[in-house]
Amino acid sequence: MALSPSLLYGLTGLMLFVIGLAALFTSPQLLGKILAVNIMASGIFLFLITLAHGSGTLIDPVPQAMVLTGIVVSVSSTAVALALLCRIEAAARPPAHLPKKKDEARQG
Amino acid sequence: MNLSPDSSAWIIWPVVVPLLGAVVCFLYKKKPRLAGHFFAVVTCGTSTVLGWQVLSQGVGRHLLGGWSPPLGISLRADGPAALMVMMTAVTGLGITLYSGGYFQSRLAGDSQDHRFRAQEQSFWPLWLLLWAALNGLFLSGDIFNIYISLELVALSSVGLTVLSGKPPSLVAAMRYLLVSLLGSLTFLLGVGFFYKAHGTLELAVISKALAPTPPVIMALALVSVGLMLKTALFPFHFWLPPAHANALAPVSAILSALVIKGSWYLFYRFWQGGGLLAAVGIVPALLGSVAIIWGAFQAFSQQRLKMLVAYSTVAQIGYLFVAFPLLVDSAGQGRDALFYFAISHSCAKAAMFLAAGTFFLQLGHDRIRDLAGVRQLLPVSSFAFALGGVSLMGLPPSGGFIAKYLLVSKAISQDLWWLALIAVVGSGLTAVYVFRAVSSVLSPHLLEERPLLVVAASMQWSALALALLAIVLGIMAPLPLALLEVT
Repeated sequence: MALSPSLLYGLTGLMLFVIGLAALFTSPQLLGKILAVNIMASGIFLFLITLAHGSGTLIDPVPQAMVLTGIVVSVSSTAVALALLCRIEAAARPPAHLPKKKDEARQG
Repeated sequence: MNLSPDSSAWIIWPVVVPLLGAVVCFLYKKKPRLAGHFFAVVTCGTSTVLGWQVLSQGVGRHLLGGWSPPLGISLRADGPAALMVMMTAVTGLGITLYSGGYFQSRLAGDSQDHRFRAQEQSFWPLWLLLWAALNGLFLSGDIFNIYISLELVALSSVGLTVLSGKPPSLVAAMRYLLVSLLGSLTFLLGVGFFYKAHGTLELAVISKALAPTPPVIMALALVSVGLMLKTALFPFHFWLPPAHANALAPVSAILSALVIKGSWYLFYRFWQGGGLLAAVGIVPALLGSVAIIWGAFQAFSQQRLKMLVAYSTVAQIGYLFVAFPLLVDSAGQGRDALFYFAISHSCAKAAMFLAAGTFFLQLGHDRIRDLAGVRQLLPVSSFAFALGGVSLMGLPPSGGFIAKYLLVSKAISQDLWWLALIAVVGSGLTAVYVFRAVSSVLSPHLLEERPLLVVAASMQWSALALALLAIVLGIMAPLPLALLEVT
């Protein structure tokens, strides 16, 4: 079987999905897990784009519309995940400005 | 399409009204509670009209803006979809009334109310957005639109989960978000395979034409795993108890009663065609059986009431999946059993979580051991909790009884004895953990602790109304079953 460009891109997309999946489970850090989900999403988008070339010379607009919408969703969910990560980090460590205030109070 | 344009255009309102409400609540920060109540009542009204239309006129279909698929968005309301919209409307209205009292009591009880006010300002827009997304999910006609609704449901649920602001709820919400994203991306990959196999995104076409070719099997496997992750079916349930138990009281009820039903409903939609059910329908049934038993044991060993109720959800999700092998023949009793489990669990579990949240607010803790005597302070909530438990156990005449009756009689008629046995054993196990909680709540001990604050009456009575509805569902069974027949 000849390796046509669309098949190559499709397989690459699926591989990216699997790599992201592995990283999601193995990465010890939350930021790593968020990036892993992003890589999975990129893999799926690449796979969907190759579907547009599936049959004949006409390019199917539906997968392209799906990818555009999917990118918007992916960006929004990444933003929510990053905001949540900031909240977790802020809750985990004691606020940095507190000891400083104590020092100021002592000085005053 | 032989429907008049007026009646089919009505489908958009159960989605548009709560969406508009979310925007108004977000902008009108002075009195979000008032706006929230108003839009919840209107949403409930539009959903009821939709249910009545489907019941009287049959399946409705609407193309948004007149654009036809595949590029346009089509909405479709048949019996099961309308029933889920109605379930969300009724349970949602009860939860809305509770939330009003909940935030009012907390603001009245604490003069340093800055944090509570901020919580309330975020709660109403997120809750209405979640409601709109759920209705969109139930009414969507194409699977890509369903993916978008799934993401909207997930993002707004995560927002609601973190509202309490406690570190455990933040960590639980992060895990919930990652699991949810994994689930929806797996779903999206499945959507891609479906499009490759069928060249269409229409759910109605795809769920009927499930010929077992390799791309279709791949697509169905991906979609199913994604949805099982989101529904928290065993062994994917690990994220659910901490996320549901650490949230604010109304949020726990929303997540447990409504959100998991969204992804479960989609699972049903993809499998209803029955093509592959005979071969692999046993898989969800087996996982469901394990969930029933494992969830019940976990629920029994919990020390906190909200954790007990959350693990009870894990067990009840099992019931939502055990009946899938019964869908193979087209008689419809298997489908009726599934949907009856869903709607009666929705009312009963919302009532139990709302009552547990009232106990927590009144006492400042929810340790089951120390709850004895709470019925003196909160008689109505205690009664609501017990009634919810009655429906979960499946005692007659509750909705849970009808669901179990349909399931067991259908399983026996198909010679699936083990399935009937699991359902009955599960009922017994449910009784064990429900009695453990209820005996503590209703025990005649005197409570030594002082109540922390005055609880609004609407918090007690809304929980009771939902619990009573879970019981009444057993008596008014013909109405939901007639709606399910419209397909």
